[in-house]
Amino acid sequence: MTPKGDLKMDKMVVVEGSYAVAHAVKVCRPNVISAYPITPQTHIVEDLAKFIADGEIQNCECINVESEFSALSALVGSSAVGARSYSATTSQGLELMHEVLFNVAGMRLPIVMTVANRAVSAPINIWNDHQDAISQRDTGWIQLYGENIQEVSDMTAQAFKIAEDKDILMPAMVCMDGFILSHVYEPLVMLEQDLTDEFLPSYEPLNILDPKKPLSFGAFADPNYYTEFRYMQQKAMTNALKKIEDAADEFYDLFGRYYGGLIDEYQTEDADIILMAMGSIIGTIKDTIDKLRQKGVKVGLLKVRAFRPFPAEAIRKAVKDAKIVVVLDKNISLGLNEGALFTETKSCLYNTSNHVPVVGYMIGHGGRDIRMSTIENIISEAQEVMKSGIKVESQFTDLREELL
Amino acid sequence: MKQLFVSGHRGCAGCCDAMAAKFTLMGAGEDCIVVSPTGCLEVMTTPFPETSWNVPWIHSLFENAAAVASGIEAALIAMGKKGNTRVVAIGGDGATMDIGLQAISGAFERGHDFTYVCVDNEAYMNTGVQRSSGTPFDASTTTSPVGKVSFGNQRPKKNMPAIIAAHGSPYVATTSLGYAKDMISKVKKATETPGPTYIHCHAPCTTGWGFDTSKTVEIAQMAVKTGLWPLFEMENGEVTKVRKIGKAAPVEDYLKMQSRFKHLFSKEGGAEEIAKIQAIADKNIEYYGL
Repeated sequence: MTPKGDLKMDKMVVVEGSYAVAHAVKVCRPNVISAYPITPQTHIVEDLAKFIADGEIQNCECINVESEFSALSALVGSSAVGARSYSATTSQGLELMHEVLFNVAGMRLPIVMTVANRAVSAPINIWNDHQDAISQRDTGWIQLYGENIQEVSDMTAQAFKIAEDKDILMPAMVCMDGFILSHVYEPLVMLEQDLTDEFLPSYEPLNILDPKKPLSFGAFADPNYYTEFRYMQQKAMTNALKKIEDAADEFYDLFGRYYGGLIDEYQTEDADIILMAMGSIIGTIKDTIDKLRQKGVKVGLLKVRAFRPFPAEAIRKAVKDAKIVVVLDKNISLGLNEGALFTETKSCLYNTSNHVPVVGYMIGHGGRDIRMSTIENIISEAQEVMKSGIKVESQFTDLREELL
Repeated sequence: MKQLFVSGHRGCAGCCDAMAAKFTLMGAGEDCIVVSPTGCLEVMTTPFPETSWNVPWIHSLFENAAAVASGIEAALIAMGKKGNTRVVAIGGDGATMDIGLQAISGAFERGHDFTYVCVDNEAYMNTGVQRSSGTPFDASTTTSPVGKVSFGNQRPKKNMPAIIAAHGSPYVATTSLGYAKDMISKVKKATETPGPTYIHCHAPCTTGWGFDTSKTVEIAQMAVKTGLWPLFEMENGEVTKVRKIGKAAPVEDYLKMQSRFKHLFSKEGGAEEIAKIQAIADKNIEYYGL
């Protein structure tokens, strides 16, 4: 079970989520930051630019590129030289990076990027859902989702540690809900410089671009070789499953703060109904569970921190005694009518002896507010499914029928 | 002299890219990092697990070489490793003038200390000779083919050196594979000039232009001698040096050497088209004082 970290009240400050992340990046001692402005990521890079303008980040260059495509491309170059490299983006910017995302993963460059999750156009919409990052799930990036700004801040250091591990060497996205987390002011303990220096040693790359030892990066691989490159990337992702857990444990040992490893569980020990979700919705679900527990409803929560690599074993174990699993997704695969976490959860239970019913709800598209009453409705529908079986496997939530 | 670009690559006999890479490295020297966008040069020099590069070399994507170079330069500075190391991008005309133009504009505007070398063989050769914005007027390519009602590509070449000069680049020069010493010395000057510098190299492609593999240098020289490819240097936006050509050769002498222009000599109305191309050369001769 989750070790509980007690936040030291005397160390807590109230800052904006973006500032907390920018501070965390600073504390991780990056060498190159490259980003292009896009709402709601802007405050993060503005804060970083101010740190640099004030001389607060040593040995660091900040590149104000002309597009997200170049933002990440510049980091291909910097990371290949051995620089700890960071970017931040969201939505259209992340989609514009699509081609580069594959390239970074294929070249095994441990770049870390904050994604302030936002819906994708059209219609254009600047508010939160997870469609942007979910649409990049097969690009070979580790994807971690944070629940609140404390977790996202601390996750930044964990992400560098995981990505730069010699058994991993894969890039990582730290996903935080746009506006809901990027623009919220909350009390938190800012990532500590002294502890972070201990937790995250400087990046020691295996191979770099160096005139004294010339190597070729990004060669082309014909059918005789390509498959093995793909296999090794998958192997690195498999290795990351343990590393993500280890990083969370090591972080807890040093900092005393813990949010789960691949997943986290809340009130699941005796739960008949287990909800699954990622990101800031976790807080709303926990509050709803607290309310319903008082009424005797046996409901719990499985929080997914790592979407890539997908924590199949951890999920199977967590839901083994559940009578129903309800998955909430802030994204949809159009044409399948399912959110990605739902599809993949179902998939990881298939071919096992666990035949627990799994239902999915797509929720909070384009920043639509998610209320506790909506979660309560979903839970009461789950109680109905336990009695009479699945009637609707996956559905939209809170549709405004009068607009259709 | 140590060979920084070695033979054994998969380029065609008489390949312009191989020559351009070799001359570029002879000018840039050993202490450099090379970025190549996608294209013939990348494909033919690095079939895994082999490489022709005796300098550190990186290929990322088609449209981002200048951005990758920006990141390399920034990282070297941030980590205190810049020293005299030069960052050199070598890209084709498609990667430079079309798909990579935005990243190049950004990198030059930001003022990174690097040199970009465009190896302009005037079409997308790696994918089979499709038209680019470097394709000259009336050239037949697979996507601007000559036909019953067409003489081929109907647009003039994009003036890339002027675009780069407009970014405030301290050093912009054109060169040609017909003049190896000219190229080597201009690359050397470009890499020794602080800031973002640019070399635009005219590079005849035996496969795409349709000429015998022994003629790469001869054809490159003829483009210069006709005035179709002026050799000049620009410093801080001003033309400071021009290679004089004396009495210019007629453009026919250049066009007739290549099958991409052969329709100009067989098709009705060809003479008028050749006159239009002669007018392009005449304009260059006048403008640059060749």
